[in-house]
Amino acid sequence: MGRYVLRRILVSIPLLIGISIITFVVINMAPGGPIGVASDMNPKATAEYRERLKAYYGLDQPVHVRYIRWLGRMAVLDFGDSFSLDGRKVWDKIKERIPVTLLINALSMSLIFLIAVPIGIYSAVRKGSVFDRISTVAVFTGFAIPTFWLALLLMILFGVHLGWLPISGLVSLEYDALSLPLKILDRAGHLVLPVFLAAFGGLAGISRYMRSNMLEVIRQDYIMTARAKGLPEKVVVRRHAVRNALLPVITIFGLSIPGLLGGSVIFETIFAIPGMGQLFYQGVMSRDYPLIMGILTIGAFLTLLGNILADVGYAVADPRINTERAG
Amino acid sequence: MRAGGNKMPDKDALVKHIPGEETQRLLTVEDLSVSFDTEKGSVRALFGVSFSMDAGETIGLVGESGCGKTITALSVMRLLASPPAKMDGGRILFKGRDLFALPEKRMCEVRGQEISMIFQEPMTSMNPVLTVGEQVAEVFTAHGICGKKEAAERAVEWLRKVQMPDPERRAKEYPHQMSGGMRQRAMIAMALALSPSLLIADEPTTALDVTIQAQIMALLREMRERERMAVLLITHDLGVVHDFADRTAIMYLGRIVEMAPTRELFAGPIHPYTQGLLASLPGASQTSRVLPSIPGTVPDLANVPPGCPFSPRCQHRQAAMKRFLSGETSTDELRDCDREDPPAFEFSPGHLAACHYQRRVCGES
Repeated sequence: MGRYVLRRILVSIPLLIGISIITFVVINMAPGGPIGVASDMNPKATAEYRERLKAYYGLDQPVHVRYIRWLGRMAVLDFGDSFSLDGRKVWDKIKERIPVTLLINALSMSLIFLIAVPIGIYSAVRKGSVFDRISTVAVFTGFAIPTFWLALLLMILFGVHLGWLPISGLVSLEYDALSLPLKILDRAGHLVLPVFLAAFGGLAGISRYMRSNMLEVIRQDYIMTARAKGLPEKVVVRRHAVRNALLPVITIFGLSIPGLLGGSVIFETIFAIPGMGQLFYQGVMSRDYPLIMGILTIGAFLTLLGNILADVGYAVADPRINTERAG
Repeated sequence: MRAGGNKMPDKDALVKHIPGEETQRLLTVEDLSVSFDTEKGSVRALFGVSFSMDAGETIGLVGESGCGKTITALSVMRLLASPPAKMDGGRILFKGRDLFALPEKRMCEVRGQEISMIFQEPMTSMNPVLTVGEQVAEVFTAHGICGKKEAAERAVEWLRKVQMPDPERRAKEYPHQMSGGMRQRAMIAMALALSPSLLIADEPTTALDVTIQAQIMALLREMRERERMAVLLITHDLGVVHDFADRTAIMYLGRIVEMAPTRELFAGPIHPYTQGLLASLPGASQTSRVLPSIPGTVPDLANVPPGCPFSPRCQHRQAAMKRFLSGETSTDELRDCDREDPPAFEFSPGHLAACHYQRRVCGES
């Protein structure tokens, strides 16, 4: 197993470099540039000024030279400096956004799995029942409703009419004056709507996936064997069916790992949350190449990591997979 | 093909069927009818199947794929998924209890403990993520026989009894690490662990190669003697029933068309379908170089012909048709075959067959 993981990690390195080459080239091919945004509107900016600005950012070099420089810095985990006016380190800018993004995504993802998996299992076991039909309609309705619209409705209901929940930001204005338990409560209150809405749209996919896995497993011969042993249906489902039906979910889990740090521009804008989505959006709009590359590289890294974790998790959970041979 | 049947009952045969002793029977299946709801509408799969078994008796249930053998077995286990399966009539008595009247909880106690079943595909019949030992041990814990630790020990003991090589090590392995023969041994250990009084073996050797088949049948035979259990052996292999079963029932299109003590059935088949099956067995007495086969194909269950379901393929009906066309006889001979599903008729004690022609020719003469 150890050798298998090591091998997978080694294979990932050229993959990561390949991804970075493609993203680097694509970003540089996008029309406009950091200099354009900063100086096009400035009537005083002369051609010479622009050239000097370009040289300052290193943009006078051809793409491959710039890429190799970038790669050299990345090798020592230096994400470089942002092109934006504050000129801060890219890593610092990303770092301050990670906790809130990670928190919201981890909570909503847990919520998705905690709700969707039981719904899927129960729908499959009681296929065609009232519960199955209602949950099918409900999850697809949830899937079809635009979440930004639902977000606004819920903000009006819970924030304005009922006044139960705050509607924007991460903490209230008087946060600093609160005692610790109230601080926690205040933060939690601010998270309810964003987390719920982020989870809402994701329920359909996982619950349907779980349902079809479960239906597939339930008609397997070994389920009949388990029943023939005299196991009550509950035990058949829990011990024999669910475990097998959950195996493919490990893959989904691995694939969602990059999503932990991925932000949503729409959500973060609606709820005024300073997350990764906003940061990335700003970076793209101002052609802040180091920032864009930094966020994309982290995303690519997490994607590859998620794939490895999914495969390792699968190998641990499914005795049929032999990592010594398959690796 | 042999014409006609043996009218004389074989005195040496194990004639088990004695009317009037229904109460002491281990299993009685009475007039069992099952249908399935499909997209094309309701399709009948069993048409009034009746048979009974005594304690310790082995019955072979023989027929082509799709004739209702497995559905009969699953009905006895009450494991047919409903829907789509629907029981249209009949009842199943096990040790005097009506299985279909039992609440599900009581039925779970019967399954695995009093009636157990082994399946055709040892490759897919075991849970891939549980060790073989766990799956055998589960039988003990599920029925509250003993705790987990003792169950694990008993599981190894049973694996040894079914001649699993190196049972301690094998108990810790997963099904995919074993050969088909070993898995089937493990399935047998699972089925016999609680010494059931009835074992249903649904084509236990079909998926195995021939040498392993012989080993598994030898093991089943040994276990049957040791545990003194009744066996309902489902197979399409006439050779297997010949060696193994006390009585044999032949199924065709959801009906038992003939049932007799095995030796008598092989010596003097009455139903033309049975005759055809036996004639198509390659044997030492075979004189022709071409193996006879039954003409025609099995009709789809959704399109069963009216009257006798076998009539389109029946040599007797064809002969009767010829006689009628040549003016030798009236349509009387044909009428029954075309209009009425033949009821079972007892030709000699314990030898039943459902054939209008034979009944006319040798039954009521």
